[in-house]
Amino acid sequence: MKLVVENLTCRRGLRTIFKDLSFKVEGGHGLLLTGANGSGKTTLLRMLAGFLEASGGKVHLEGGDEELELAEQCHYVGHHNGIKHSFTALENLQFLSDYLGGDNFEGAIDTFGLRGLEDIPAAIMSAGQKRRLGLSRLVLVERPIWFLDEPSVSLDVQSVEILAGVVSRHIKNGGIAIAATHVPLGLDFADELVMGKSQQG
Amino acid sequence: MAFREGGAIGTALGFYLIVVSILSIGIGPDLAILSKIAPGVLWGTLLLSALLSVDRIFHNDYEDGTLEVIALGPLPLELVAVAKATAHWISTAIPLVLMAPVLGMFLNLPAHGFWVLVVSMLAGTPAVSFLGAVGAGLTLGLGRGGQLLSLLILPLYIPVLIFGISTMDAVLVGPGSFSTSFAILAALSLATVVLTPFAAAAALRMNLQ
Repeated sequence: MKLVVENLTCRRGLRTIFKDLSFKVEGGHGLLLTGANGSGKTTLLRMLAGFLEASGGKVHLEGGDEELELAEQCHYVGHHNGIKHSFTALENLQFLSDYLGGDNFEGAIDTFGLRGLEDIPAAIMSAGQKRRLGLSRLVLVERPIWFLDEPSVSLDVQSVEILAGVVSRHIKNGGIAIAATHVPLGLDFADELVMGKSQQG
Repeated sequence: MAFREGGAIGTALGFYLIVVSILSIGIGPDLAILSKIAPGVLWGTLLLSALLSVDRIFHNDYEDGTLEVIALGPLPLELVAVAKATAHWISTAIPLVLMAPVLGMFLNLPAHGFWVLVVSMLAGTPAVSFLGAVGAGLTLGLGRGGQLLSLLILPLYIPVLIFGISTMDAVLVGPGSFSTSFAILAALSLATVVLTPFAAAAALRMNLQ
């Protein structure tokens, strides 16, 4: 499995956010996106996940599931957690599992320390707990490609370690992870792409 | 797909009750006038009440990021729009329609008008929910989308209003044929149910950018 990005260009209005970006990420590898605020990390991740149409170039996956679109093989964790505040943790997981198709409830709850929070409505959880609940879909539903945009926001040190462990396990099992962050996650990504400077893979 | 947060239903029902009461109090106790304007008041206020809640169709999902998760799932956004609009119809439009006959009593609506009120509203309100979904999708990214939403969507509700009223007039005052107006009203609803999900999904895609 290999995610290939060729000459990807993003223009929004008159501004060019990035131009002719090319890189490859193979299964079992991670890519770390770094760069100043506003350098286009989020834009790139949203474009890879298919929310944004490319102004030029293309993204394709070699050796993935031919039947499914790239969007259906990836997880995108963005600035919002993607959880329903009126639902309890378990109801949120239940919905995600029904809709996206995975069912590793035990794994999701144990990995992100959600035990004891199952019946608490997300509305009264702390920011970090909400974040962990949002992240737990990475484990709940198995998908080969992860796009993580500032995944460690509002997590405590211990949870960041857990997250780092989850991501390295994913990569070790042959998955792909592309993460944008400006805090060191404790992740040992093989490659780093610095946005906003010379752009190469 | 019945994952929804409460909230807007109570507001819409309360608004419907209050506006109809205010109008009937304001117009005074002349029963002849009241029963004459009843269909128009009931229909017009129903549209306004429904409008209060349509901006909620996608708003919460957009705010908390669930829409992003849904967009990466197996359902195309067109079907998501159908599901959300249907959920709005069931959760908000139907309660409003069921409340209409009660409010009809305030307005001295003739007894034989009650069934046609409910039937015509049931036939017309899917158009209200589905058109509303397009407007809700379009105004998602705007902070105070509500006002713009009314400007965008209310004009589109006019055909529904016209044929809703003419369905009722055909029965209450005549002349005119109930079945003709009713058929057009139902056709309006069916056409919007088929066509608007594409527009709503396009609007959602635009807002996810």
